Amino acid sequence: MNELIIALVGQPNVGKSMLINSIADARLKVGNFSGVTVEKAEVRFMTQNRSIKIVDLPGTYSLNDYTQDERVTKDFLENEHYDLIINVVDATNLERNLYLTTQLLELDKKMIVALNMMDEAHKEGISIDHEQLSSILGVPCIKVSAATKRGIGKLLNRAIDVSLFPFEKSKLIYSDVVEEEVEKLSFFLKQKRYKTELAYRDLVLKLLQNDPKVYQKMHDEPIWIELSPLLKEALEHLYLHHETKDVSEVFAEERAAFAKGAVTETVTCKKSISKNVTEKIDALLIHKFFGIPIFIFLMWGLFQLTFTLGSIPMDWIDAFFSAFGNYAKTILGEGELGSLVADGAISGVGAVVMFLPNIVILFFGIALLETTGYMARVAFLLDGFFHRFGLHGKSFIPLVTGFGCSVPAYMSARTLKNDKDRLITLFIIGFMSCGAKLPVYVLFAGAFFAGNNAGNVLFLIYLAGAFIGLIAAKFLKLFVFKGVDEPFVMEMPKYRLPSLKLIWHTVVTKAIMYLKKAGTFILGASMLVWFASNYPKYPSIEESFSQKIEMASSDEEKTMLTNEKAQLLLEKSFLGMLGKSTDVLFQPIGFDWKMTVALESGLAAKEVVVSTLGVLYALGSDVDEGNEGLISELQKQISFASSVSFIIFVMFYLPCMAASVVFMKESGSYKYLVYLFVFTTVIAWGLAFIGYRIALLV
Amino acid sequence: MITLSEMNAGETAVVIRIEADGELKQRLFSLGLRKGSHLKIKATSIAKSTMEIEVESTLLALRFEEAKHIAVQRA
Repeated sequence: MNELIIALVGQPNVGKSMLINSIADARLKVGNFSGVTVEKAEVRFMTQNRSIKIVDLPGTYSLNDYTQDERVTKDFLENEHYDLIINVVDATNLERNLYLTTQLLELDKKMIVALNMMDEAHKEGISIDHEQLSSILGVPCIKVSAATKRGIGKLLNRAIDVSLFPFEKSKLIYSDVVEEEVEKLSFFLKQKRYKTELAYRDLVLKLLQNDPKVYQKMHDEPIWIELSPLLKEALEHLYLHHETKDVSEVFAEERAAFAKGAVTETVTCKKSISKNVTEKIDALLIHKFFGIPIFIFLMWGLFQLTFTLGSIPMDWIDAFFSAFGNYAKTILGEGELGSLVADGAISGVGAVVMFLPNIVILFFGIALLETTGYMARVAFLLDGFFHRFGLHGKSFIPLVTGFGCSVPAYMSARTLKNDKDRLITLFIIGFMSCGAKLPVYVLFAGAFFAGNNAGNVLFLIYLAGAFIGLIAAKFLKLFVFKGVDEPFVMEMPKYRLPSLKLIWHTVVTKAIMYLKKAGTFILGASMLVWFASNYPKYPSIEESFSQKIEMASSDEEKTMLTNEKAQLLLEKSFLGMLGKSTDVLFQPIGFDWKMTVALESGLAAKEVVVSTLGVLYALGSDVDEGNEGLISELQKQISFASSVSFIIFVMFYLPCMAASVVFMKESGSYKYLVYLFVFTTVIAWGLAFIGYRIALLV
Repeated sequence: MITLSEMNAGETAVVIRIEADGELKQRLFSLGLRKGSHLKIKATSIAKSTMEIEVESTLLALRFEEAKHIAVQRA
């Protein structure tokens, strides 16, 4: 027998993901819907000798095509092959949920309604006559609870049952006014013996709802001449009755009335507790004055956790991979193979794995915020500020994460459901200076500003970056991602205790996705950088230096010679050549070729900037931002104006390679990466130029 | 008749008409806000840019900009 394909459909916050998790246990597979960054969860398994595939469609309040989630769901339901819909509804909020159900019923597919969260409904004193509801809707309704795993076996059994029997039409009955018009028009079609694949009732309903496809088809039929005036008359009746000229409003009211009717007949509610809990929590968390400080405190906690706690395993990972690299070198020798494996491959993999602790902790926090319902409150609190800059209240989290690391920041932008909001946010995340840029700032601020001022300069750098970022967002909104704003109408879900299993699942999925997708790219790219900075080889130079080093009398001289060798080799490598040949582009902003090379190596990772400067000033690659030798060397060779220009450029140019790859993935197209490159480079260059010229005058 | 944006926290109202089109209108419908809905303003944000309202048993957040499109009558 064929595989039974089930589409899981429901409004947001009805516990759909928890349900599919309960069904799937560990067998859940997560990917993307093709071409969009909308998560697609699937599970395949066998039960009662049937192989079953369940596809979890993005939550949607109705079958429109305004947001990406809505489009994906609608597209799937209308165009893909599937056998059965399981419509998951929140039993504690049945009336609103049935609105979507009425739309699903008109798809004419086999369907089951899963009344989820029954445990919660019981606690709230809500009882639902599911048999009565089944007969009103004309499809089976099953009580389940994803949280306590009750009713799930029954749901699956029923799904298999339904799939075995022939399709039975559901009974969505509209008000008398609509039904009368449907009757009239159907009668006309019947008299005319009009031949159609659709039932007359369905055809008429589609015409009344202005379905473009059906219209187009009917328009070419001879019957249209007679049908059209009748249709117009019918619509006029509906308009008159509903006091509106908008047919979508007429049917929205009809659906709502049907849902209300169904709820009145099947639901009895004794008391309401949980609502009061939400009310009480909201009174504090979205309080006019305390709301924002509480949020900032929570965020502060999350970031402390992410970057302080995260730095511990990061150090281990770093130590592990450098030890592993050294070990590889002892086995493979210091030669080319050893260098390729240790400096290229192993350190490349290390750079990928390095971000993992940050990602895991941060996404644990974000999943917690989302599943408890707090994220919607965050948007509510901050939207006023961010909306002025063309952003969304939810942009806050990715942007602040950007101060730590751009990689998880880009990934967390997925909480933004609107394409434009998400893209604008993605484009400016890089302006929030990430942790890896700090050493560069510290080095230059320390070298060129008085000690007591360096701290202020650092603070100013961060603040200016964020400020320019917001301005850039406004610019993008006004000139690039133009168009009407998505309306900000958002459900504030009830506060719920998070399901640890679901959070765990989210975190693991994110981690695996990152390792798989970003990992391969980052690995390849870091090999490329390794190659560019190590090739071509100059055996004669190496030879002459080795001789000199052997001849050297003191250790000091040896180190000096080794460093000089490294400098010369880097200067003559592909990276050095690139820096020298592109230096002309950076002369107007006061860079010499060494600064250019350091800057370009920073495209690989910002951590590399300082060590490259170390090599180029012949101090070896083991320098850090506090290195006295490097500081005095910079003071000697670089003017104050050039250093200002360098800091400004680093603030705004493209984030590291790992981040760029993740950006490309999250924005959905390599095209956007090109735009990002141009956008950031133009801003960085322009502002560096202004900064340079001003600093020259000072 | 006034618009929802002119109301304050704690007040209740009935929706008279939704003067919006397309996306906003459909979004409001599917979230349960339509002509005749009873609603209560639960909270407004500090700069009066967003408000939280309760419709039936659903809590919604919307901008004051959007609230301007909703004609209501105090109840």
